Amino acid sequence: MQHGNLVHELLSGVAPEAVPEWATILVTAVIGVSVLVGLVSVLAMFSVWLERKVSGHIQCRYGPMYVGGWHGWAQSLADGVKLLMKEDMIPLGADRVLFVLAPALVLGSIFGAMAAMPLAPGFYFADINLGVFFILGMSALTTIGVIMSGWASNSKWSLYGAMREAAQVVAYEIPLGISLLAPLMVAGTFNLLEASEAQSGWFGMKWFVFQNPFLIPAAVLFFVAALAETKRAPFDLPEAESELVAGFMTEYSGIRWSFFFMEEYAAMFLMSIVGAVFFFGGFESPFTSLAEWAFVAESGADGVVTEAAGIFELPLLYHVTAGTVLAAKALFGVFLMMWVRWTLPRVRIDQVMTMGYKYLTPLALVVVLATGFWELILS
Amino acid sequence: MAMGIERGFYALLGLAALAGAGWGLSSGGVGGLLFAGFAALTLGGALVCIWERSVVRSAFALLATFGGVAGLFLLLGADFLAMAQILIYVGGILALILFGVMLSPPDPTERKLSRVGLGLAAGGGAFAWVGAKVAATVHWSQAATPPPAPKLSHAREIGVGFLAADQYVVAFELAAVVLTVALVAAVYIARRKVADFEEPAEPEGGI
Repeated sequence: MQHGNLVHELLSGVAPEAVPEWATILVTAVIGVSVLVGLVSVLAMFSVWLERKVSGHIQCRYGPMYVGGWHGWAQSLADGVKLLMKEDMIPLGADRVLFVLAPALVLGSIFGAMAAMPLAPGFYFADINLGVFFILGMSALTTIGVIMSGWASNSKWSLYGAMREAAQVVAYEIPLGISLLAPLMVAGTFNLLEASEAQSGWFGMKWFVFQNPFLIPAAVLFFVAALAETKRAPFDLPEAESELVAGFMTEYSGIRWSFFFMEEYAAMFLMSIVGAVFFFGGFESPFTSLAEWAFVAESGADGVVTEAAGIFELPLLYHVTAGTVLAAKALFGVFLMMWVRWTLPRVRIDQVMTMGYKYLTPLALVVVLATGFWELILS
Repeated sequence: MAMGIERGFYALLGLAALAGAGWGLSSGGVGGLLFAGFAALTLGGALVCIWERSVVRSAFALLATFGGVAGLFLLLGADFLAMAQILIYVGGILALILFGVMLSPPDPTERKLSRVGLGLAAGGGAFAWVGAKVAATVHWSQAATPPPAPKLSHAREIGVGFLAADQYVVAFELAAVVLTVALVAAVYIARRKVADFEEPAEPEGGI
């Protein structure tokens, strides 16, 4: 949460004397991390349930139906308890230090990446002006964690998974970054909040994809590269359960194994957030526009913000609407990823490489060039 | 014996890091503690990298070094450089090193302490030489308030800075072109010729 002032005020209430700076930082950090951990856990549980329902319906089944009553909503909760109680196994031949370190690194770096994620306008964990750059960098760290887990397991399946992960991520980070360059050029900022702000107007439909036609192919490229980056089918070669048992997580069990799962769903959500912010309007939609208009109408005829005290600089309605809109867009992205997973078969590793290096990377370069020319001509 | 040396090395490393953290906290507050932490991460990672017998572990130790350097950049207010450090060195270069090194078998032979000593002597010599050069050229300011550093953390400012000084922009573009040419050339050289595909030397075994 950025509102260090609020935390400072709260602390001043507890201790009327001068509150040291480090105490404010510490309490802010504790609150932020707690919210983030809760968010990721609930998100992962919901996404696992959603994945089962989506896959079920795509395959003409129901998916989980019994646990908890309504459409098996508590299935993930029950699974979570089961995973917590499972025996934590470390193979004898494994490199114990790295084996234990790997899931922590994977989960820790995705938490770090999510710190740059905005929740609502003016409501975020860290206002990093290089937001998307930070997210990409931290996602790169999860790759190292996956490679570490694969090597430390000392198992052939795990090692194959790790090798594939290394090859695949190095190949797809290039088109991922380059396809993001196109909207970055239109936005003129790395910051997710500023990028979302740059798309306000046109009754909430001034999305980057509508501002510049070349951003539509860029969005498609980004989606494909994001699938590969998050190890989702048809690019789930590091896991590849039908050939490599479970790939890099073959030797993991219990809560350590579930860390990898949480990372996967958190990464999917994060990539969808990035896509939603840099291609599809971020917080902006007709609903957000309406809520903002209602707020302005309330605040006075001259449109000057008079009510700026308290936690929020804008009224709650606008914030809730904006946050819901972004979450809905991101969840739709997650749903798209699931849809693709249960529709397409897994591609071979050489096909993955061919696609990444021979098609996606040159295409992304062309798209960036075309976007640049379009911006030059229009401006 | 061997186990004792291993334990001793890591114990020494931990003690040194703790001492550094204490020194940082006492002399520079939270900032000093952060600096000491990142410096310990950088140096400790480098030391583990040359100490470990397993090549892969050495490569993973580089993760700490790169992370520590990124942290130091952050402390200096160079956010962009820090992020680039993580994205390029950790995401790209370290992944490539691991990819290359992962198939190497663990080295079962005992560590040769003479070789470690030689390495330490060479590294220390190089460090001393560079340190002397730096000490000779840098003017250490003892002013109570250091001059405000130009904060070029915003990507746009960095980009504008590149464009404003036109001697940089040509060099920058040239470097980019050279890198692209090198990449394409590497692919061209590594590519198997069409003739290679006609009669495979060995049957395709497969996973």
